[in-house]
Amino acid sequence: MASKANRPELIVHGKRLDGRALDELRPLKIEASVLKNADGSAYLEWGRNKVLAAVYGPMETQPKHMADPTRAIIKCRYAMAPFSSLEEHGRTGPNRRATEISKVTREVFENVVMLNEFPGSMINIFIEILQSDGGTRAAGITAASVALASAGIHMRDLVYAVSIGKVGEHLILDLNMLEDNYSDSDMPMAISPRNDNVLLLQMDGEYTKEELHKAMEMAKEAGKTISKIQKDALKHVYKKVAEKYESE
Amino acid sequence: MEAIDMVKSSYIRELFAKGLREDMRKSSEFRKIKITPNVIENAEGSAQVDLGATRVLAGVKLDLGEPMEDTPEEGTLAMSAELLPLASAEYETGPPSPESIELARVVDRGIRAGKCVNMPSLFIEKDKVWNVYVDVYVLNFDGNLFDASELAAMAALVNTKVPEYEDGKVLREKRVKELKIDNIVTSATFAKIDGGILLDPDGNEESAATTRLTVATDGKFVRAMQKGLGGNFTTNEVDEMAEMAMQKHDELKKHIESR
Repeated sequence: MASKANRPELIVHGKRLDGRALDELRPLKIEASVLKNADGSAYLEWGRNKVLAAVYGPMETQPKHMADPTRAIIKCRYAMAPFSSLEEHGRTGPNRRATEISKVTREVFENVVMLNEFPGSMINIFIEILQSDGGTRAAGITAASVALASAGIHMRDLVYAVSIGKVGEHLILDLNMLEDNYSDSDMPMAISPRNDNVLLLQMDGEYTKEELHKAMEMAKEAGKTISKIQKDALKHVYKKVAEKYESE
Repeated sequence: MEAIDMVKSSYIRELFAKGLREDMRKSSEFRKIKITPNVIENAEGSAQVDLGATRVLAGVKLDLGEPMEDTPEEGTLAMSAELLPLASAEYETGPPSPESIELARVVDRGIRAGKCVNMPSLFIEKDKVWNVYVDVYVLNFDGNLFDASELAAMAALVNTKVPEYEDGKVLREKRVKELKIDNIVTSATFAKIDGGILLDPDGNEESAATTRLTVATDGKFVRAMQKGLGGNFTTNEVDEMAEMAMQKHDELKKHIESR
């Protein structure tokens, strides 16, 4: 988090710098099945974030010794393109931050993918952040869910993710980069909408018990919108396929 | 070679024997090319290239840095390429593969030898220049990464804006000045299959190829070449491919310059 000394006024008359209400999501767009080679894929734009997620598998586990004879294993890579930020040229390949995000993202999907259906095999999830503007791990998970579904991999639920932060006494939904840099708290969450189970939870900053409770309620409320956009993206693919066959 | 590659390879060779290509292209024809500039607003320049089903994204960043010792009054240029694991089941995570390093170096040579970027214009003050980073991201693989990447890198550079530099600070929000481009280089890549030569091989054709040649040119000079794979070419064949690459230059250049 950047120094608070030179923090810009993030909330003016109940509105945020980009004009959003405190509990308002940035515009979210998802397109499913965008890559030809991948078994499933999704392209997501969330505010200025641009994310490509792809899934390969279930396939033979490499290296073989990692195979689990009772269930499938999941591998996950989250990485940021070196040209993705408005800052300096980044280093290529996953750094420590990306490695941690890859791990917690993998754990999210280990919870929902029907791993017992594919013993001995491996499912690869690749998340590439092409442009970043805060909340990229939430964007990556939301995109990867759609990619897994478009690969036809059975899941218990279509997971979504979103972040809730705090500026002064206000809770704000879906922080952009500027808000993320200067906020007092940030809490990304991934939730299974069917039963509201929490599958990813990270946080740093300062929340009272009451604020924590309210923040989680805000995430669930936003989840209704995010889930609908995820499902619409998948429906759109099948509609396109249906139209193609009807016209032939 | 894996079984699936052998099947693809023999299929391509059977077609080739009848004078055909999978998608009914002529031997000297590129697949459909689509260039979308400025797809990554955070980058100083960017372009996505679709060459048939091959898709690559190039991003350009400009950072403050030091000049090279032998060119104290010029900026620097660094090129890298990543074969992202989401682009093909064959690509793996981990350190850069020899293929990705070759790809970056071949694209780099064409652009550098063609003196495309005006390096003195990147000089700021003593010991302070712009370092230009071009990153080529392969998003979907279907053959001929060389030409797709050369197009993407060139189109991204043509659309690059230089940040303002004031009082020792880089103001990336203020990007008005265009990067000075002096020349445009394009490349044409050929695959040799059973003695015949095909322009712009797709993924299946590459798996049937015994030899490959990339020719980068600005239309006037041949600027860079790279032969790949275990086979060979006659000098006559090299003449023909250089000639063809130069013929194709104007058509490719139009794609780069259209915004």
